Amino acid sequence: MERFVFLTVDGLAHGAIYAAFALALVLIWRGTRVVNFAQGAMAVVSAYIAYSVASASGSYWLGAIAAIVSGLALGVLVERGVMRFVAHTAPLSAIVVALGVSLLIAAVVGILYGVDQRPFPVPFSRTPYTIGSYAVFSPFTLFTFGVVAVVVIGIALLFTRTSVGLRMRASAFAPETARLLGVNVSRVLTVGWALAAGVGAVASLLIIPTAFLQPNAMDLVFVTAFTAAVIGGLDSPVGAVVGGLVVGLLLSYVSGYLGSNVTSIGVLVLLVAVLLLRPGGLFTMRQARRV
Amino acid sequence: MSDALLEVDGLVAGYGGAAVLHGIDLRVPAGTITAVLGANGAGKTTLLRTLSGLVRPRSGQIRYGGTEIGGVRVERIVRAGLAHVPESGGVITELTVADNLRLGGLWRTDRDDTAAAIEEVYELFPPLAARRKEIGEALSGGERQMLAIGRALVARPRMLLLDEPSLGLAPRVTTQIMTLLRQLCDTRGLTVLIVEQNVRAALSVADQGVVISLGRVVRRADASSLAADESVRHAYLGF
Repeated sequence: MERFVFLTVDGLAHGAIYAAFALALVLIWRGTRVVNFAQGAMAVVSAYIAYSVASASGSYWLGAIAAIVSGLALGVLVERGVMRFVAHTAPLSAIVVALGVSLLIAAVVGILYGVDQRPFPVPFSRTPYTIGSYAVFSPFTLFTFGVVAVVVIGIALLFTRTSVGLRMRASAFAPETARLLGVNVSRVLTVGWALAAGVGAVASLLIIPTAFLQPNAMDLVFVTAFTAAVIGGLDSPVGAVVGGLVVGLLLSYVSGYLGSNVTSIGVLVLLVAVLLLRPGGLFTMRQARRV
Repeated sequence: MSDALLEVDGLVAGYGGAAVLHGIDLRVPAGTITAVLGANGAGKTTLLRTLSGLVRPRSGQIRYGGTEIGGVRVERIVRAGLAHVPESGGVITELTVADNLRLGGLWRTDRDDTAAAIEEVYELFPPLAARRKEIGEALSGGERQMLAIGRALVARPRMLLLDEPSLGLAPRVTTQIMTLLRQLCDTRGLTVLIVEQNVRAALSVADQGVVISLGRVVRRADASSLAADESVRHAYLGF
């Protein structure tokens, strides 16, 4: 029982981060029909910037702010500088270009910082509270849940309650109609990329402390979050969040009960099962898009 | 005519390698309805798409209110008061009626007047007022067309470009919409350029008609004389 509680809490904590990262993928997918394969690498850049700023200033929070700001800026840069030119070409070219961006970023980060694993700072202790002999969750785990909740609720409110969100939804559903109504769709897409990269940066701040900072630190997170997004239905923000939590729990149970060497098999089995039973994902809004 | 709101001269435009419009000349006087008629493939939709900025003209001039707008971005043209209601209306079916309408005026800085314009649309189209919280998907064809036109009106345009507003609608609903366009023209001074397959309906409310064939204007006349002209009807309009 103790083990079950621990694995559940740990799975949900990781799952919350996958959810945030999957949400960032969905944000870009809805707007541009591009899966941003560079998102992991972009988040790593933000993490390194946080690391440098935190080391230099001695303040974790300054580092965190720097990470988010740099994430937003990098989102704008990658969209305006690269992805805008390939978004309307064949789907495969957008993926290949994104992978190229990813490799480029990893190489540059490697040159600047080296490939050593570095410990990443945390704002709160990672030592779990105990109830009796049960180790339940740490202050940092609570912090993770809180931050992800704020991000998810914030994005939900942005989409449903603000005019920026209405512009984003309109641009995603019907870009041409949105333009005919005076929406600057091209600017909306840039805002979407900035937002997604900002969320990716937040996710990197939460997950990298559970391992180490190195140029490929977010690769596995990207793959896991991508799986979560596909399971939830790439079009659905709710699906991304639920998918993230489900994948987090599953990974935790599989590695806890069956051993960590079969963890990735568990995710793949889930992915295949969902794709066979509901190819559009669990929360897909419609089976086919109108042309 | 000197008081033309829209003047098009020698407009050539198309997609990819092929031109669809081969030198269109057009005058749309302010406060009137002009019907653009022609068979399928004549270039009617391309004309509207070029006027609203969705298609870049290759050559020729488009002057709107005296200003050249050829090649100007779509969003700017809308903001200048030239609104394009595309074929089938372009209602965003995933959004509610209220959100669709709100979208029509998001760029405007005068929030109070935008809110007033939205209320006017609800008065103009009572069926929309009853369904403001429902998504576009739930609306009938006629209601969608009302929403599309209403959404364009939220921007308080000086001129509307309408692409086949009667498509798929019952005759009674078509009449309602045509009558409404006439009213908007007469009471608000709205200028309308309407592309229609339903020639009778369009000419019944239009002031002038323009017949397009293979990307060129082949005939222009008062709506009443065009409707009565047997040769035009047989040659270009197919009825």
